[in-house]
Amino acid sequence: MATAVMTTLDPNSRSAARGMSDLTIRNLFIIPTIVFLIVFNIFPLLYSLGYSFTDFRASSPAPANFVGLQNYRELLNDPFIWSNFAITAKYVIVSVVGQVIVGFGVALLLNRDIPLKGLLTTLLLLPMMLSMAVVGLFWKLLYDPSFGIINYTLGLASFEWLSNPDMALYAVAITDIWMWSPFVMLLSLAGLSAVPKHLYEAAAIDRAGSFYTFFRITLPLVAPILMIAIIFRTMEAFKTFDLAYILTSQPTTEVISIRLYKMAFQEWQTGRSCALAYIVLIMILAITNIYVKYLNKVKER
Amino acid sequence: MAAVTTSTERSLNKLAIVGVLIVTVIFLAPIYWIASTAFKPRNLATTIPPTVMFQPEISPFVKLFTKRSQLRTAPTPEQYAAAPWWERLVFDGGEKVVRSGRGEVQWSGYPSRFMNSLIVAITSTVLAVGMGTFTAYGFSRFKVKGEADLLFFILSTRMLPPVVVAIPMFLMYRVVGLNDTHWGLIILYTAFNLSFSVWLMKGFMDEIPKEYEEAALVDGYTRMEAFFKIVLPEAATGIAATAVFCFITAWNEYAFALIMTNRRAQTAPPFIPSQVGSGLPDWTVIAAGTFLFLLPVAIFTFLLRNHLLRGMSFGAIRK
Repeated sequence: MATAVMTTLDPNSRSAARGMSDLTIRNLFIIPTIVFLIVFNIFPLLYSLGYSFTDFRASSPAPANFVGLQNYRELLNDPFIWSNFAITAKYVIVSVVGQVIVGFGVALLLNRDIPLKGLLTTLLLLPMMLSMAVVGLFWKLLYDPSFGIINYTLGLASFEWLSNPDMALYAVAITDIWMWSPFVMLLSLAGLSAVPKHLYEAAAIDRAGSFYTFFRITLPLVAPILMIAIIFRTMEAFKTFDLAYILTSQPTTEVISIRLYKMAFQEWQTGRSCALAYIVLIMILAITNIYVKYLNKVKER
Repeated sequence: MAAVTTSTERSLNKLAIVGVLIVTVIFLAPIYWIASTAFKPRNLATTIPPTVMFQPEISPFVKLFTKRSQLRTAPTPEQYAAAPWWERLVFDGGEKVVRSGRGEVQWSGYPSRFMNSLIVAITSTVLAVGMGTFTAYGFSRFKVKGEADLLFFILSTRMLPPVVVAIPMFLMYRVVGLNDTHWGLIILYTAFNLSFSVWLMKGFMDEIPKEYEEAALVDGYTRMEAFFKIVLPEAATGIAATAVFCFITAWNEYAFALIMTNRRAQTAPPFIPSQVGSGLPDWTVIAAGTFLFLLPVAIFTFLLRNHLLRGMSFGAIRK
């Protein structure tokens, strides 16, 4: 990769009489970053690819034995791992759908003549800027069955949110929706404000109903930006670790990142966890690919 | 939106205002609650029903910064009179501040975690934004073979789940002795923020007209001089916005810090939740720690408000 950068010369480049040539400067500016990322991201991943074919345990001095594809075979045949993926999928669906409904809904409300719109928008964006770990911590206080303000406000006497296995995943998703609906709202607002006003005026002249206007004008034009929000949140929700790890320790909330963390750093099944990390990695790269395609699509407009 | 003329439109607008206000109250309530708990006396933090009106105090912050032990007997009037004002607040809560044999106040774990967070976040931000600005300029102004692929590669490193990267990094750090060090975290956060910084800065660089530097080159500047004297000042706002985003990301990061540090270099995000532990936690102290930790981010969010869209979309959506 780095060599490809070095060997291409821009034929139109201005070769300055003094100072470094553009080619040198370009390489000087770009190559360190590429090298840094290769050394600290790609090299470690190759390292763990190697370990994924072994029975290595970082907690024991025993040398790693090559076991071939055994780790991958066992993981893919392990019903517990599949249940972790199923929990993750459920979490992704609940939290992303929730964020889109709340975020897009609030954006529609805000896309009018609202006094103090700028201030209110900034205030609404605050949750997504906070640390997920610390948010998880203080939502524990809010969810407390006896003195939490959520039960008090909703009039639920000592309802168990986090220690109820059936409810815990939804509780984590609700916190995630609180945190990240603002993100969907932010992107939706950008999409909504870019809809040309004359389209609405034309629709009004044609006496089009608000239902028709929404589904035929607003939604199609906001869709590409909304897609970016949805793909990005899907990817982030798929990777989720902090929030679920801090809020509860229920087996029903053990999303794939938590399983991976426990396998690697509590059970010290290093080789196996490297294999699982690769399975997760391939899934993430697939979503990233789709995401970048959409990013570039919207950029070109 | 079409001009608000009809009466239905006007009443719809009123409804929207009411809706927005309700949503804002609901969204801010959790933040208000943790912030207000930081100023409550301990006995009012976990009452049923929850206490909304109270006399704010700052004793939670005194407790946050000091090591304390339970008082067996109430302090004598002399002890009380001799104590500094902040220690009296702790006495009132039935505790005393732990002192060393020489009478020095023993600090809690919080201030050192807070300092670690500052050191790691600031250093990694400087590195990521510095390298990112150069690289973004390179991509913005010169032809690079396979530019789209390289940019995808750069972005994809950002998307990797922290736990996936942490497993090999932990093993490698163990070999070179970087576990539980500031540099260990700084390297990880720099790598993590670098891709973001390149993408965001490239957007800002693309917006600076090429003609500026071309004019400077005609005037006899070298490319380097043109970059430092013309481009960088033009990019100052973009650099500042990128830096604030990188700082917030590093400041908030949890998974790497949890795995790579345990005491010496531990940052605040893994430390604050670990205070809950077992038994009955003192929520006022936890809230005070949370409040101080979230405050910089809240301030930065206001400073960044016009760049949030751009930052959160990796520079793709500019408006």
